[in-house]
This record gives sequence, structure tokens and C-alpha cells, in this order.
Amino acid sequence: MAGGWRWRKWAARRQGKIMLWQALTLQLGYNATLVTLGAAMLGVAAGATGTFLYLGKRALVSDAISHSTLPGVVLGFMVMVALGGEGRFLPGLMLGSAVSAGAGLLVLTWLTARTRLTEDAAIGAVLSVFFGLGIVLLTVVQGMSAGRQAGLETFLLGATAGMLREEAVVIALGGALVLGLVMLLRRPMVLVAFDPGYAAGQGMRLRLVELAMMGLALAITVVGLKVVGLVLIVALLIIPPVAARFWSERVGVVVVMAGLIGGSAGYAGAALSATAPALPTGPLIVLVAFALFLLSLLLAPGRGVLAAGLRHLRFQRRVHLRQGLLALAGGQPVYEPLTLRLMRRAGLVRADGVPTEAGRAMAARARLDERRWQMLRSDPAFEAAAARYDGLTPLAEVLTDDQIAALDRGLRPEAAV
Amino acid sequence: MEQDFVMLSLPPLVIGICAAVACALPGNFLLLRRQALIGDAISHVVLPGIVAAFLLAGVVATGPMMLGAAVAALIAAVLIEAIRRLGRIEPGAAMGVVFTAMFAGGVLLLEQSSASGVHLDVQHALYGNLESLIWLDGWGWGALLDGQALRGLPPELLRMAGVMLAVAAFTALFWRALVLSTFDEGFARTQGLHTGALGFALVAVAAVAAVAAFDAVGSIIVIAMFICPPAAARLMTNRMGRQVAWSLGFAVLSAVLGYVLAGYGPLWLGYQNALSAAGMIATVSGIILGFAALLGPCRHPGGAPRGRGAE
Repeated sequence: MAGGWRWRKWAARRQGKIMLWQALTLQLGYNATLVTLGAAMLGVAAGATGTFLYLGKRALVSDAISHSTLPGVVLGFMVMVALGGEGRFLPGLMLGSAVSAGAGLLVLTWLTARTRLTEDAAIGAVLSVFFGLGIVLLTVVQGMSAGRQAGLETFLLGATAGMLREEAVVIALGGALVLGLVMLLRRPMVLVAFDPGYAAGQGMRLRLVELAMMGLALAITVVGLKVVGLVLIVALLIIPPVAARFWSERVGVVVVMAGLIGGSAGYAGAALSATAPALPTGPLIVLVAFALFLLSLLLAPGRGVLAAGLRHLRFQRRVHLRQGLLALAGGQPVYEPLTLRLMRRAGLVRADGVPTEAGRAMAARARLDERRWQMLRSDPAFEAAAARYDGLTPLAEVLTDDQIAALDRGLRPEAAV
Repeated sequence: MEQDFVMLSLPPLVIGICAAVACALPGNFLLLRRQALIGDAISHVVLPGIVAAFLLAGVVATGPMMLGAAVAALIAAVLIEAIRRLGRIEPGAAMGVVFTAMFAGGVLLLEQSSASGVHLDVQHALYGNLESLIWLDGWGWGALLDGQALRGLPPELLRMAGVMLAVAAFTALFWRALVLSTFDEGFARTQGLHTGALGFALVAVAAVAAVAAFDAVGSIIVIAMFICPPAAARLMTNRMGRQVAWSLGFAVLSAVLGYVLAGYGPLWLGYQNALSAAGMIATVSGIILGFAALLGPCRHPGGAPRGRGAE
């Protein structure tokens, strides 16, 4: 009995692995493949677009944009039904959502510019009010279509099950279009994000560029509604850029990295969700993106947590070694356990704490270096160099040999090592 | 008619008012501290906590769910702070990363739970069901004096009223300290106030109000009431006391008007189906904010009413 159960469990797990592999290599049928590729395209475009919002410190504006699409989706549905058409025709719903998100964006900019309200308050107000209005309209539709489920709730959290082929194509094409526009507009957008004052001085139309930036975010939201849902689409605009920022200080690289991270999240999330019925696409894409963010936070060179920790450790070791050597040179015993251990490992002292030959030589060099630094810091001629004193840097890294020789003339007796 | 009102409309109306007031009170301070979006973040991050509590407890019970929500909010606060410090990321973006990821986790958990046979509604979490909080024992206005009937009141009503009173007590008790540390943190510190602890307490109180309201009326009202009434009030006056008073008035007005419009509006127009009360309350609060932004005496970026000097 137990064996049979275990075997079934093993078989199920194996089946799951095969499915996942098939999904990742696009062998899970035509529809799943289209959805996966569409989501990947969407992710690339969203990551690249979001980078400019993030660099301009306006990441959360996308939250207001995405929530304010809801009334437009429902109104679009109502208009199309009233005209006797199919209410769920995706381009029509996208048009409606674009119009209402645009209205939300205008209200947001107006509130921020014309009243004393700060941008975060304006974001929250637009977000909640438009969303509330959308919910009201949603209940109107539910009453209107009495019994016939409109299925508009899928736009809240996204759903790819039962997505039509044309819809997947629309999403992929929309993503590609936005990506192209981002590439075209990247220079003015970078300038405005970093230094609006300078950009204005260069004769750039600030409001126009900002509007374009927001318009692209709006386009991403509209395109991504069907796949990720309006509550979570903002994650695709925020998480990849924040993750990408860890890897580089250059805008171009960050944009490309954000596109890569967003694209892989879209691809892997959609593929994962195709393997089982209870795995919704939107949340999976977001969680994959979050996992990539965590990896970046930990592992990125330079800004990553691990790199910072290593840097700190290396610094600590250098300080301990230097102080230990100076103590040896002064003939004082070293008691500090970490210092002793480090010096023993470097072969500078013996197990009983007595300095080795190499240790004595190095200690003398350290002492000489320290004496030279002291000379240098008391001499106004070397003021610029003296600013680089941190108790660790060897003087040879700061001055040329000739300069050091000139300095040595001042400390005759000790210099004769 | 009278019985209908007391039975069907009075409890949701009172709960709506309590929720609106409980959220608008701390919202005033959050707005001025540029932390207005905390309500938005809280209402997203509590979802995984609520679902996890539901999965662990196995039943839809309020106690465990509130606990789960509180734990989730705490985890989110720690995560946001950690990401902000470790990654040197601006607070808005750190918040965006955390609340979307946690909300996604919550939705995933939810789908898994509904797949395993039990059902918990996403839409309930998003826009609540104020309309379903009815009082079956409420046979008329006289029932308000009838102990037997009062026991049948929806538990959300007492809870929400209790939270509202607690929030009001907190605000009244720490009024001076809150105002001082909101406007001039440095000065408040020189006066011996623990501004850090106070800020944390404010966020904690906001979280309690949000979670309680979230349970009763859904997250839309929470987000809207944290921001819209205080924002509208900010455009009406320069004095903190008056701002809070205005915001409470706006909050109550939104709750009452929104509920009535959602419940009776369609009937007046000849339709049968009621609309979402939560959505309508949020909409009404937005309309009020719109009027304040167009006509409020202190709406201009400078703050003082145009044509007059500052007080």
C-alpha cells in the first residue's frame, strides 16, 4: 500500500519535472508557447520602461496608473455590449483602460502641480478613487448582464487560461512597440530623470518628456493587464529596475539588465504557471522577479550585500595586520586574538608570538611607512597627499619614488634600515 | 420600511462610518509625514498573512486572520526597512518591491487553497462585503434598547467601533506630541520626545485600523479613507485641529453618502441591483477631494489663502 502511494508521489513529481522542462523549452502546446513568449516580451518592455521611472524616483506613479485602468476596462465592456458587440474584445478593453488610465494620470499631475498635496498623497487618492469607481461600475455590469458572467474580474489579477491566440499576439506586439519607443526616447528620458534643471536648460520640453515617460508606463500597464492583472502589473515596472540597479552604475547597462530580468521573469513565470491549473500566471511572474531581485541584492558585485560584507572583512584584516606590525616594530607584544591569528597565518609571527624573520622585516617597513606619513602630514607642501592618510594605504601608492626620497632626507636616522 | 432600515442598512452604515473615521484619523498625520501610501502598502501585504492564517486554522475565523495580518504587516515593515538599508534603495521603490511581491504570494496561496477544496474569496478581500453585515434581530428602532436583540449585532460592528475608539484615544492622548513631531521632528526631539517610537506607534495604530477595517469593509475603503478625507481637509485649512475636524466630517459624509447612493441610488433610477458600497464610498470621497482641490481656500501650493498673508 505504502509503496504504491510512494510510487505515485514519485511519479507525480517526475511528471511535474517533465512538464516544467517542457514548459521552459516551449513544448507544452501552441497556446502555452504563445503566452510564454508574450509574457517574456512584456517583461522586457516593462523592465526597460520602469528603469526611467525608478531613476526619476517616481516608481509608485505606476501604481496609480495601473489601478486607474479599471473604470476604463468596465466602461469599454459596457460600450461594446451596448453596441451589440462581444464585450470581451481585448483591443477594445485596452483602449478603454488606456483612456481611463490617461485620465488618472492627468488628475495626478494636476493635483501635484496645482494644489499643495504631495505626489504620494495624489498617487493614493487617484489610485483608490479610480479603483473604487471601477468596482462600482463592475457591480453595474453584474446587474446588467444578470447571470451572464462578464469575466472582467480576471483583469484584477490576470489570467492566461483560455487566452486566445490573437490576444497573445496583441500582447507581444504591444510589448515590442513600447520597447522600440523606449529605445528611441532613451536619451531625453535619462536626462530628465537625472537632472531636470539641466535638461530644461538644454531647451528640452520637460513636461513633454515626462508625459512620454508616463505614457510608456501606461502603455505597458494596458498591454500587461490581461496577463498579470492590474494589481500586480506595477511589480513588473518596479522590481526589475530596482534589481538591475545593483549590477551597474551606467544607465544603458541598467536598462538592458532590467529588460533581461523582466523578460526572464515573464518567461519563467508564464512557463511555470502552464504546468498546473492552480498556478496563476501574474503572481508567479512577480515572484520570479522578486527572487531575481533577492539574488541581485545578495550577489551583485559592488552594491550587493555579500560584496559589501567581503569588503568589510578585507578592510578589517588589513587594519588588524597593520596595527599588529606596528606593535611588533615598537617591540610591544600582541595580545589581540584576531590580530595574532592573522599574523600567524601570514607567517609573520611564530606560534608562541615571537616574530619571524619575515615578520620583523615587514614590521620595519610598516614602521618606516608610518614615519614617512607622519613627516608628510606635518609638511604643508604635501597637503593634498596628506588628505589621503587613512592609516592603511602604503605611501608608495600616493607619492613617486623621487618624492619619497625627498621626504626621507628629513628622517635620516630611522631611514637607514 | 423602518424595520428594513434598522435590520439591513443601519449596521453597515455604522460600520462604514467607524471604519472611515478610524482610518482618516491617523491618515491626517501620515499625509503630512509623506507616508500617505502606507495604507496602500498595508492593505496589500496583509493578504498572505490572512490566507496563511486561514490555511493553518482551517476555518474562516477572525482571531487567527487578524493575527496573520498583523504578522504579515510586521514582516513587511522589517523587509522594507532591510531592503532600504542593505540595498540603499529609495523608500518608495523598496515599498513597491515588497508589497507587490507579498501580494503576489498571497494570491498564489489563495489559488492553492481554493484548489484544495475550501474557498476564500479574493474579491471579498479587495472590496469587502459591507452589505452582508446585517442585523437579523433588528426589528425596529426599539431593538436598540433590547438587550436580547443587541446580542445579535454583527461582531464586526463592535470590533470596528472599539478600534475607532482606540484610535481616537491614541490621537487625543498623544495629540501635542504627534503634531510637534510631524511638523518639526528636530525640535520635538530637543523637547525630549521619542520621535522614533512615536512614528512607529503611529504606523502601528494605522496598521491596526487598516486590518480591522480590511476585515469588515475591504481594502478599497482603507486606502481611500487614509488619504482622501485628510487630503481634502488639508486644502481647507492651515490649522491642524481644524484639519482633523474637517477630515472626520468628510469621512462620515463619504461613508453615509456612499452607502446611501450605492444602496438606494439604483432604486431611484428604476434599477433593482444595488451597487458596491465600498466602491461608492471611495468614489464619493474622491468627489469631495475634487471639490476641495477646485474650491478649497488653502488649495494653492503655497498653502495660504490667496490674497491674504499667512496667519
